[in-house]
Amino acid sequence: MSISHAPPNPPSADISGISGPGHPGKGAFPGLQPVVPASARRARVPRWLRRTTGPLLLLALWQLLSATGVLAPDVLASPGRIAHVGWDLVSDGSLPSAMATSLRRVALGLVFGTVTGTGLALFAGLFRIGEDLVDAPVQMLRTVPFVGLIPLFIIWFGIGEAPKTAIITLGVTFPLYLNVYAGIRGVDAQLIEAGESLGLSRWGLVRHVVLPGALPGALTGLRYSLGIAWLALVFAEQVNADSGIGFLMVQARDFLRTDVIVVCLIVYAFLGLLADFIVRSLERLLLQWRPTFTGR
Amino acid sequence: MATDVHRSVTRPAVHVEGLTRSFDGRAVIDGLRLDIAPGEFVALLGRSGCGKSTLLRILAGLDRDIEGTALVPRRRAVAFQAPRLMPWKKVWRNVLLGLPGRPERAVAERALDEVGLGHRVDAWPKTLSGGEAQRASLARALVREPDLLLLDEPFGALDALTRIRAQRLVGEVWQRRGCAVLLVTHDVEEAVLLADRVLVMDRGRIAHEQAVGLDRPREITDPRFAALRARLLGLLGVDTATETA
Repeated sequence: MSISHAPPNPPSADISGISGPGHPGKGAFPGLQPVVPASARRARVPRWLRRTTGPLLLLALWQLLSATGVLAPDVLASPGRIAHVGWDLVSDGSLPSAMATSLRRVALGLVFGTVTGTGLALFAGLFRIGEDLVDAPVQMLRTVPFVGLIPLFIIWFGIGEAPKTAIITLGVTFPLYLNVYAGIRGVDAQLIEAGESLGLSRWGLVRHVVLPGALPGALTGLRYSLGIAWLALVFAEQVNADSGIGFLMVQARDFLRTDVIVVCLIVYAFLGLLADFIVRSLERLLLQWRPTFTGR
Repeated sequence: MATDVHRSVTRPAVHVEGLTRSFDGRAVIDGLRLDIAPGEFVALLGRSGCGKSTLLRILAGLDRDIEGTALVPRRRAVAFQAPRLMPWKKVWRNVLLGLPGRPERAVAERALDEVGLGHRVDAWPKTLSGGEAQRASLARALVREPDLLLLDEPFGALDALTRIRAQRLVGEVWQRRGCAVLLVTHDVEEAVLLADRVLVMDRGRIAHEQAVGLDRPREITDPRFAALRARLLGLLGVDTATETA
């Protein structure tokens, strides 16, 4: 949050008649203390540097432990070794192709899950009959741990791409449904009424009042969904996969290659960060109207 | 019960007869009768809970669980106590919201100019002050060119200085537009300042009626103004003996 300040040392005092001309020296007002402007208190280290210091320190500690032999290589490889292996995996093309496979699975699952989740939420949120038909079954199904459905999905869809996409779809659907539905039902009734008084049609109300009002909730749901999509991907790819990041990890486990496992974990983490960045950008773009607290 | 008869020669802008609205069997509006002439400024006073806001909502078409007759013009607009701007639309889009066809931005600009908000056309509602938001809400009502303008305590949430300016603005706009206005308020001074006729609502009916024959612009310091104010406060059950003395 930015706060605007009066310029320091104003040319003339506001109450010059009382305090006298010129600037009062220190100690002229015993018992009073200055109100320090927030800008003066702000640290001189830029924010991005402060934020990167923590992870870098952790990395240095890890390298130190590995170098001194406290951390054995077959327990956890050193950061230097991991960087080296990571580079090898990239240059021989196995990591990029695994990433492409995994990304395609997540994208497909996200598309299906978004369509299903948002569609159901719109039906349940906008229509009383939709609520009666959809909400109870969805609330019931969402309590079933979707990972537990993997065996069933393998029986239904075989061991190809279909069960993997289905698991991700399922994981994505519920958080989106819940948040979009709650967003629709959370729209201020006063605004709906105002829209009615302005002569908006039913569809106009949905388009101009209900849907924009549900957008913050929908984006929260999307953020949850993205997190769960990666989670579901890890599970799906460790069962009967012959490609993808999860497959690389399973393979590495069989050869006790902790360095490859860590590389894969780092890739997962960065993909997750990227997804989060995308949603944040979307929020900044779509929710700039929101009069909410943005932190100091 | 006093009802309007001397305007029956012209077609009224609002005609309400035998209007009843019940909540859980309790009649909040009970056989109400009301006529408003075209271009007339009517203020509706009453204690809180007397049904004045319910009446306004019925006339706005927002409450249809009614019995009896309520005839209103097709073109009517409401300004609520809270501005109720859509926070996700810029001010000018808020003003045009719900207008038929594809109105141009210039239409909104004209309406915002009229309420002195021409410089905030492109602002987000969250950046408006309370008075500015209320003026935007008024512009949104005016752009519909209503034959009946319904104002539900539109100045209630404003600070004293802003309120005086907003009242003056509504008075000017009304004189320029010539639409009928129903102003629901609990501020007696405001009612006497603006209205041609002040109605006092009690137990679901129009219990009293008071024509305000003062010339405009009206002065609060006018003794006739004070007398009217005291009389209306008396009808509302507020003892003004110390003031009239």
